[in-house]
Amino acid sequence: MREFEYVRAGAVAEAVRLVAADRDARFLGGGTNLVDLMRLGVERPGLLVDVSGLPLDQVTETPDGGVYIGAMVRNSDVAAHPLIRERYPALAQAILDGASGQLRNMATTGGNLLQRTRCVYFTDPTKPCNKRQPGSGCSAIEGDHRNLAILGASPHCVATHPSDMAVALAALDARVDVTEPRGGMRTIPLGDLYRPLGDRPDQELTVPEGTLVTGVALPPSPLAARSRYRKVRERASYAFAIGSVAAALDTADGTVRDVRIALGAVASRPWRAHTAERILIGGPATEAAYRSAIDAELAHAQPLRDNAYKVPLVRTIVVRMLEELAG
Amino acid sequence: MSVGEAVVRIEGRDKVTGAARYAGDIPVAGFAYGWVVQSTIARGRVSSVDDGEALARPGVLAVLHHGNAPRLGEADDATLLVLQDPRVPHLGWPVALVVATTAEEAREAAATLRIEYQVESHDAAFRAEHPRMYVPDHINPTYETETVKGDVDGALATAEVVVDATYTTPAQHNNPMEPHAAVAEWHDGRLTVHDSSQGAYAVKQALTRLFSLQPDAVRVVSEHVGGGFGNKGTARPHVVLAALGAAAVDRPVRVVLTRPQLYALTGYRTPIVQRVRLGAHRDGRLVALDHLASSQTSKVLEFTEQTALISRSMYASGALRTRHRVVALDVPTPRWMRAPGESPGSFALESAIDELAIACGVDPVELRIANEPESEPASGLPFSSRNLVACLREGARRFGWSGRDPRPALRRDGRWWRGTGVAAATYPARSNPSSASVTAEDDGRFTVRVTAADIGTGARTALTQVAADALQVPMSEVTVLIADSDFGPASVAGGSSGTASWSWAVVAACRDLLAQGAAAGTTAQANTGKAVAARPDLARHAYGAHFVEVAVDPHTGEVRVPRMLGAFAVGRIVNPLTARSQLIGGMTMGLSIALLEESTMDTRFGDFVNHDLANYHVAANADIQSIEAVFVDDPDDQLNPVGVKGLGEIGIVGATAALANAVWHATGVRHRDLPIRPDRVLNATYAV
Ligand SMILES: Cc1cc2nc3c(=O)[nH]c(=O)nc-3n(C[C@H](O)[C@H](O)[C@H](O)COP(=O)(O)OP(=O)(O)OC[C@H]3O[C@@H](n4cnc5c(N)ncnc54)[C@H](O)[C@@H]3O)c2cc1C
Ligand code: SF4
Repeated sequence: MREFEYVRAGAVAEAVRLVAADRDARFLGGGTNLVDLMRLGVERPGLLVDVSGLPLDQVTETPDGGVYIGAMVRNSDVAAHPLIRERYPALAQAILDGASGQLRNMATTGGNLLQRTRCVYFTDPTKPCNKRQPGSGCSAIEGDHRNLAILGASPHCVATHPSDMAVALAALDARVDVTEPRGGMRTIPLGDLYRPLGDRPDQELTVPEGTLVTGVALPPSPLAARSRYRKVRERASYAFAIGSVAAALDTADGTVRDVRIALGAVASRPWRAHTAERILIGGPATEAAYRSAIDAELAHAQPLRDNAYKVPLVRTIVVRMLEELAG
Repeated sequence: MSVGEAVVRIEGRDKVTGAARYAGDIPVAGFAYGWVVQSTIARGRVSSVDDGEALARPGVLAVLHHGNAPRLGEADDATLLVLQDPRVPHLGWPVALVVATTAEEAREAAATLRIEYQVESHDAAFRAEHPRMYVPDHINPTYETETVKGDVDGALATAEVVVDATYTTPAQHNNPMEPHAAVAEWHDGRLTVHDSSQGAYAVKQALTRLFSLQPDAVRVVSEHVGGGFGNKGTARPHVVLAALGAAAVDRPVRVVLTRPQLYALTGYRTPIVQRVRLGAHRDGRLVALDHLASSQTSKVLEFTEQTALISRSMYASGALRTRHRVVALDVPTPRWMRAPGESPGSFALESAIDELAIACGVDPVELRIANEPESEPASGLPFSSRNLVACLREGARRFGWSGRDPRPALRRDGRWWRGTGVAAATYPARSNPSSASVTAEDDGRFTVRVTAADIGTGARTALTQVAADALQVPMSEVTVLIADSDFGPASVAGGSSGTASWSWAVVAACRDLLAQGAAAGTTAQANTGKAVAARPDLARHAYGAHFVEVAVDPHTGEVRVPRMLGAFAVGRIVNPLTARSQLIGGMTMGLSIALLEESTMDTRFGDFVNHDLANYHVAANADIQSIEAVFVDDPDDQLNPVGVKGLGEIGIVGATAALANAVWHATGVRHRDLPIRPDRVLNATYAV
């Protein structure tokens, strides 16, 4: 492991300035992902700027009736918060379905959003990987890709984003507050934070390098109070998803009035199923309609040799979820 | 009487409070850290090692490689001959050891090494039809490769019912909680090592030969060991590297492997393809059993898993053939993993028996009972005891088996399809020669010394119970010291032979001490070599029966296990608490192998690419809801003085098949390839 310096940042501006000034600097949240990657030699920062102590550690109600989650709130605290459990149950479920109690106690909201893929070639510096080393090739396309992307993949990378939390946030129309290296503050819809997989899979975000995530805003939504998360994984606990869905549904008189669907473990970002949502809204709230909507979403799926099973898997969990929400 | 009591582990408190020191924790004055550098190619030669930058870094004491490492003598196990020549036989082979004053310095210096290779093309792709598949001289450890009785092909050709099926199991890694670690120290030509090992004496013997030393010049201590499941059964390269490093820098050296490093360096279970052919009468009685197993080994050492061994002792069949094949590939060396042979072998045999029961329309419990042999089928030897039928009957009774509808895919419970399955289990009841001593102390207490290993099993506690009874005193009067090679030769904690072997020596020493009068200050010693050899030839085995209920969601591929029950005939139970823990641990590992465990070989690199616990899934608490192990009476006076059969491995044997059989009952789909992952369940559902 490379020798590194460690600084505990006291203010957002200081944290951003320190990281902007040093190409080799990284923000440190709970460290549950970054420190692992440092041990593996995937990340070799010279400076760690610990942002976990920044005063962005509260879950608060916003004047419009939404909820604001500071970027340093620990995953466990988000999941346990009464406002989250009442108004955004899918988010609490998604967090509790992820990792382990110990990890959730350490992991921060910001760190969770920016955690890296679990592709086994990305985490092994001795193997070619375009995401880790641009231009070296993608080992997964012909190799172990059973749990990699079926949607939005590119010929250069087929990685998935591993977060459960982010899937729920995507369905709940979350917006992310960031402070950019030059100090500019922006609010971006969560879905726009992640860059689609193109020919530079190492560039994962739409914001410049050194941008600090400061918080996540959840808009008020009558739908969200009945949102749910469902995760399928190989082991019954403590395993990443092989397919997941966060959804919310509003029906009246057998018609879909509004719907939100986001899919996990299928793409390099939480996958908001816009196509399926558009088809469903205003149409019948029936199993057949749910099925054809998700089939339309999955029509663009490009499975690899070993991950085609995700197509029927996702179809099943989405249809069942919508039936449960309607019923 | 202490034997038979549910006594908590003597060192339990030390372990949960952190007071117990494992090999990697032992503080040795002035020690340095060794970091193992592994090859990044699967086959070829190291052409150069440029260590200039590494040696210039702060704290770096030495960089050892094939060009400068001290020369080693001989080894029974060529995986220990590290840093001796430039050959690279598989990916992950040790090519250098960086020694520095801190672990971080060593590791960072290792990253600056420039190692050039002459790369040769490699072959890491295992398949049963591999053209270089051959018939080995023997299988692990020294069993015959093939046995034949009767005319198997003739009997199969005329049998009323035939099952002919091929089963595959992937490579699996032992993954004990504690990775391998050792600290080695040289002093006046004597070598002292603290090692994470299942057999301190075996490690001492290996080091004695490797470093060409007198036997009394090597001492190996393994006081606490955080699991092994076979991959700490004998010396592993880390301990040799620690001793080489210590010799080179003239101070103690500690080597601790990381989780990914275990995957290439310390052994794993080979992937296996098995073809089982059964011929039977319409009522399910076997006329032919043919079991062929193909596995892989490395080019460093031939290791052939004894996969078909189980078929030599399980069922009566006029015609019986068991065969093994192996292919040497450019892969890490496979070794023992909990119930080598029986674990994968029972998956194939006990799945095939289930398929036969279905084909014959006979209840699978009754079909097994109908095939009970009079004597051991392949050898003809009489059994010392055989209580498989009692296990099947008692397990069936407690599980509520009777009245089970055998038809598949009928029991729906919301999205879950439920089913139940059964499988039988057996494991050899071994006792190996061991020595022990007992001293009557001045204060009236007793100290027992035996080179046993407690790898989390409770062996220390069980031996204290045994010694207390043999000395006719309460346990509180006895201290049992273990895992120090200076205490003399003893069996490894492997092959489920530990307690059966050590307790024999302990009882013999204690009885001798009492016979001598047990005066304060006297010591009695025992070695069971002759007594073990003098036992009559008998087929000695433990037995068990597993009953499993599963719930399968065929549309998400999830398999959940509400209930697992095992009934076991394992001789005398020394400590029901630790015995149960071994058995349910084995059963859980069987579940884990059935549903989760798989080391993914990327043949392009020759590497197990899912080499950590985030990607190699081991069953956790949530994977099993109710798990129960019960004992049936199993008196046997042909074993050893305590009547112990050993139970470290039998829990895993058959558990996997019982689960796969239950998945068939739930869904009607027969899974012959492990693990039964969600994608495989889904692919079966949607293939129709
Ligand atoms: C064994 C294991 C199992 C797991 N299982 C699951 C699972 O099932 N589901 C799941 O969703 N997750 C799982 N996780 C992942 C876990 O959720 C993440 O590791 C965690 O959320 C990361 O948060 P952190 O604060 O520790 O991030 P860190 O490790 O501190 O940081 C991660 C990355 O984000 C950057 N970063 C951190 N904070 C900020 C910020 N405020 N602004 C900008 N950049 C920032 C860091 O520089 C780094 O690149 C698992 C992890 C492990 C180790
Ligand atoms: S899928 Fe992406 S992360 Fe994985 S090897 Fe290919 S480029 Fe690297």
